[in-house]
Amino acid sequence: MNTIFYITSAIAIISTVMVITRANAVHALLYLILSLLAVAVLFFTLGAPFVAALEIIVYAGAIMVLFTFVVMMLNTLENTQKQERMLLNGTVWVVPGALSVILLGLYVYAVTSSPPEVTTFSNTGPKEVGISLFSKYLLGVEIAALLLLAGIIGAYHLGKEKKKTVHRFMEVQND
Amino acid sequence: MTNIPLEYGLLVAGILFFLGFLGLMVRRNIIFMLMAVEIMLNAAGLAFIIAGSYWMQPDGQVMFIFILTMAAAEVSVGLALIIRVFKHYRTLDTDQMNKMKY
Repeated sequence: MNTIFYITSAIAIISTVMVITRANAVHALLYLILSLLAVAVLFFTLGAPFVAALEIIVYAGAIMVLFTFVVMMLNTLENTQKQERMLLNGTVWVVPGALSVILLGLYVYAVTSSPPEVTTFSNTGPKEVGISLFSKYLLGVEIAALLLLAGIIGAYHLGKEKKKTVHRFMEVQND
Repeated sequence: MTNIPLEYGLLVAGILFFLGFLGLMVRRNIIFMLMAVEIMLNAAGLAFIIAGSYWMQPDGQVMFIFILTMAAAEVSVGLALIIRVFKHYRTLDTDQMNKMKY
């Protein structure tokens, strides 16, 4: 299990690097799916099999399919790819990279300031999660339901085609 | 079962988070920015899971489920907005979206 953890974290980090450096949106999406699958394996090794399944079903399954559909629907690959290549030259990375590396260094320093001790990660099954979710966090579940409802209504409203007003002789494009 | 220091797991989560942050700052295509936000949310969820299974409590997994719900709602609204923006401006470059009306 330990080797699986190290290999999978390496895969997750490498594929995430590939996501943020690709010019082609579809390639980046496929690398993102690989990264999410690797994180799901990490969850499994850390003793959270229920959440690992949810990660694959909801993140890698539903959300990424939504992304892929939108990228293919907009169909801007040729123009965008050239533009992205132009934008992703070396100088763009300098300032954000330096800032991120400084922040990451501080984070690493904060996390590793105490000597690492080996801990055993034990399994927490779906039963405990369900009991906790529907007793202690019941209010959170209800708020999440409201949030999803708002998301559905918002996505419907924003994605709706505007009705074209057609006059008897001329067509008015209103957008 | 896995026997690793807690710090290693948190380091992986931190590296993923900062990669997402870097992507969000470097990219100008709005779809890539949304993808970077997803990476950051996922890394935060990974940190929750690691901490939750370190203390052998289900709370970390519950928080991850909430993050998942939030990410799903955010992505659906965000992608609908991207479609509207693309129809309006004919581009996905955020630098060219600096006018409310053109």
